[in-house]
Amino acid sequence: MMTLKVNGHDHQIDAPPDTPLLYVLRDELNLNAAKYGCGLGQCGACTVIVDGKAVFSCVTPLLLLEGKQVTTLEGLGTIDAPAPIQRAFMEEQAAQCGYCIAGMMMRAQALLQKNPKPTDEQIRAELEPHLCRCGTHMRILRAVHRASHLMDTASSSSTTIGSAR
Amino acid sequence: MNGPVVIDRRRMLAGGGALIVSFSLPAVLAQDQTAPAPAPKPPGSLANTPFLDSWIRIDADGGITVFSGKAEIGQGFKTAFQQIAAEELDVPFASLKVVTADTRRTANEGYTSGSNSMKDSGTAIQNAAAQVRELLIAEAARRLNLPAESFRTENGAVIAPDGQRLGYGDLVAGDMLHVQAQPKSRLKDPATYKVMGQPVPRVDIPAKVTGGAAYIQDMRLPGMVHARVVRPPSYGAQLTECDTSAIERLPGVVKVIRNGNFMAVVAQKEFQAIKAMRALSMAAKWRETPGLPKQDDLPRLLTGLPSQDAIILERSDPSAIAQKTIEATYTRPYQSHGSIGPSCAIAQSANDAMTVWTHTQGVYPDRQGIAEMLHLPPASVHLIHVEGSGCYGHNGADDAAADAALIARELPGVPVRVQWMREQEHGWEPFGPAMVTKLKASLDSNGAISSWNFEVWSNTHSMRPGGAGSMLAAQHMAQPIPLPAPKPIPLPEGGGDRNAIPIYKFPNAHVVHHFIPAMPVRVSAMRALGAYHNVFSIESFMDELAEIAGTDAVEFRLKHLDDPRGRAVIEKAAQEFGWQKGQKAPPDRGFGFAFARYKNLAAYCAIASEVEVNRETGRPRLVRAVAAVDSGQVVNPDGLINQIEGAILQSMSWTLYEAVTFDDTRITSIDWQTYPILRFNAVPQKIDVHIINRPGQPFLGSGETGQGPAAASVANAIANATGKRLRDLPLTRKKIKDAIDA
Repeated sequence: MMTLKVNGHDHQIDAPPDTPLLYVLRDELNLNAAKYGCGLGQCGACTVIVDGKAVFSCVTPLLLLEGKQVTTLEGLGTIDAPAPIQRAFMEEQAAQCGYCIAGMMMRAQALLQKNPKPTDEQIRAELEPHLCRCGTHMRILRAVHRASHLMDTASSSSTTIGSAR
Repeated sequence: MNGPVVIDRRRMLAGGGALIVSFSLPAVLAQDQTAPAPAPKPPGSLANTPFLDSWIRIDADGGITVFSGKAEIGQGFKTAFQQIAAEELDVPFASLKVVTADTRRTANEGYTSGSNSMKDSGTAIQNAAAQVRELLIAEAARRLNLPAESFRTENGAVIAPDGQRLGYGDLVAGDMLHVQAQPKSRLKDPATYKVMGQPVPRVDIPAKVTGGAAYIQDMRLPGMVHARVVRPPSYGAQLTECDTSAIERLPGVVKVIRNGNFMAVVAQKEFQAIKAMRALSMAAKWRETPGLPKQDDLPRLLTGLPSQDAIILERSDPSAIAQKTIEATYTRPYQSHGSIGPSCAIAQSANDAMTVWTHTQGVYPDRQGIAEMLHLPPASVHLIHVEGSGCYGHNGADDAAADAALIARELPGVPVRVQWMREQEHGWEPFGPAMVTKLKASLDSNGAISSWNFEVWSNTHSMRPGGAGSMLAAQHMAQPIPLPAPKPIPLPEGGGDRNAIPIYKFPNAHVVHHFIPAMPVRVSAMRALGAYHNVFSIESFMDELAEIAGTDAVEFRLKHLDDPRGRAVIEKAAQEFGWQKGQKAPPDRGFGFAFARYKNLAAYCAIASEVEVNRETGRPRLVRAVAAVDSGQVVNPDGLINQIEGAILQSMSWTLYEAVTFDDTRITSIDWQTYPILRFNAVPQKIDVHIINRPGQPFLGSGETGQGPAAASVANAIANATGKRLRDLPLTRKKIKDAIDA
């Protein structure tokens, strides 16, 4: 039994320590966003954020996660209250089949957390580990730019509200 | 992506009826030599499924459900269907629900393939909705005893002349919608459209970007267990020994299944199943037979295999005189669908019946295959489509459905979820067939094409189920069901010969389809079927001819094309790209152009592209592409643009990088390392898609329209950049470098 912190909540996990995080998220916690794509760290569909960094959950065993903070797409926002990155992907209609998208969004989110205003080249370089087979790349790039803008607007408007008080 | 459409509902209803028809028809003809004209049929899939309530149902509370037998596979047509129904019914978009592909609930629309969903299902829904609206108006008129013409509809209600609102739910009664569709509908004037033609956001995207249960992979049924299959290491491999006792004792293992060469493990948890699968894989000993052809020698192999030859175009005009003749051979390797999510299915067996949740493109044909495999009547098998990862044709979806059913039969009452591993999807899916085309053409003294010879060699492009023999589980079980004999898909849609007939006017033309029955590698339908390679070949060769004629590539195409809608997309793409006669691309760059009308009967698409080639490494990069598309009446312009953008990027990936690899026994491209595809470092700077809308014209579909033109446009740009013509797909960095250095 080990404690795993996911999306701000502690979970008691009873799984062998070599179990990849992906299967803990999907099978133990019933989370959908992280997807099985290759199990080899080649496609990015399983990407989640661990302590601020994008990681492939399919090749990250449970034993490495003691005391760490795991964030999945579900932890960013909801369908009714989407996070900026989720709003951005909706507004840009940045999906076809969408199977790769949750992983893409998590790496983009990690990038934006440490670099809120990335250049187009930086976004492309960051997303290099991720595959999209439908060819939605142009929209994905636009959505990450839009998310950067939305986060910027959100943080500046909250500052405004704060100072007005 | 077509195949035999199995209309088994009709077959069941017909019963002995077929006998009566076959006897009565000649009798009628004998009495009356002038056969009566066949009764006009309603359009789209209404022709086969004519009852309006097969498509649209209205509840007493006004809730409206639209039914389609097509499967949403990421193209976004669920949203488009909802727009069509909302428009013709005059109800708010959000008030509708769309149910897709389910053998107990929806029409049998065969496969979701061939860019036919809008044409088949979209047209059926449009006409059914219009006729339902008429029936509702008629009912209101009857109740108020006023002429129907004095009513209008608005927002889910019929409005009487005095402003009284009669809600659709109040008006609909009993079997009112259980009537056959009329051949003609009173459709709305496109000029009045409010929902159709708008870029309505897709209904499925919010769940997909927030971690909702959006895919079959996300389904969790009560008591569900996880299975993994252990596939043979190669085609035809025979299991010689396997001690499963140790595997049965592994943690969580519920069952180990061996049925001939079919093996699977079932466990409580998914990772337990994976561990058990690995152990079982280690325990299994196989006898393998080297049976694969030499990969380097594919073109010679294909053209040397026995073939059934058909002349599919013969045109002769002796007055056209050849001045100069050239010939060329183009080749395509086997290519993979490359779904990001390996195939998945859930099955549950109960009381001699089987329910299967699947991302197949054909719930009815798959039902027939699974029923045959399990020796069950089709009515006892229920297939429900649930969206999966994009498939782009016949990938492992149908096989996974059969796997799940065969395993679930061993565990009555328990829902069994199977997902393939990456190496299984890459190694066992049916690939897009390898192809060879040989072209020969002559120019006359005016630089126009006087004669055109085109020969294509190809396997079938559909081994989709219908029969169980198309499914791996049925092939591998102890009492195997043999693979059905492959058949060519008939023209005008065609398979290996899809788009083999040129759309251009050539005075002399000869086109031959060499259909090769023998399939050394497992193949089936992949997005655009033969059109990908045929259009690549034709449009590359058009550029070769244009160059010899000394004519601009766009001008050369227009010179040979009468079709006004084709000319319009060519002109639009050229204009938006900034195509100039006599233009010169920047250093190390090239411009390319290509055009096709998909299947010569569906959407028109022209693509201009700019490609950069690194002369040191040979590495090509698509810098930008501009497309123009005419898909008839547009329902959702953003959805259409999304499809064409995707087609350009996916086809560019096929064209520059992709080939299935194998040794004499095994498929060796089994993951993304060994089968590389497009990554972000090669994504263009810009893709622009321009739509030519045709209000009121039939829906032409779009899913497969861009594959051929994108390939040829990129190839032509590479030739323009390097001065070297590459004809063997994929146009890899190494081939380009070798050509530059030659």
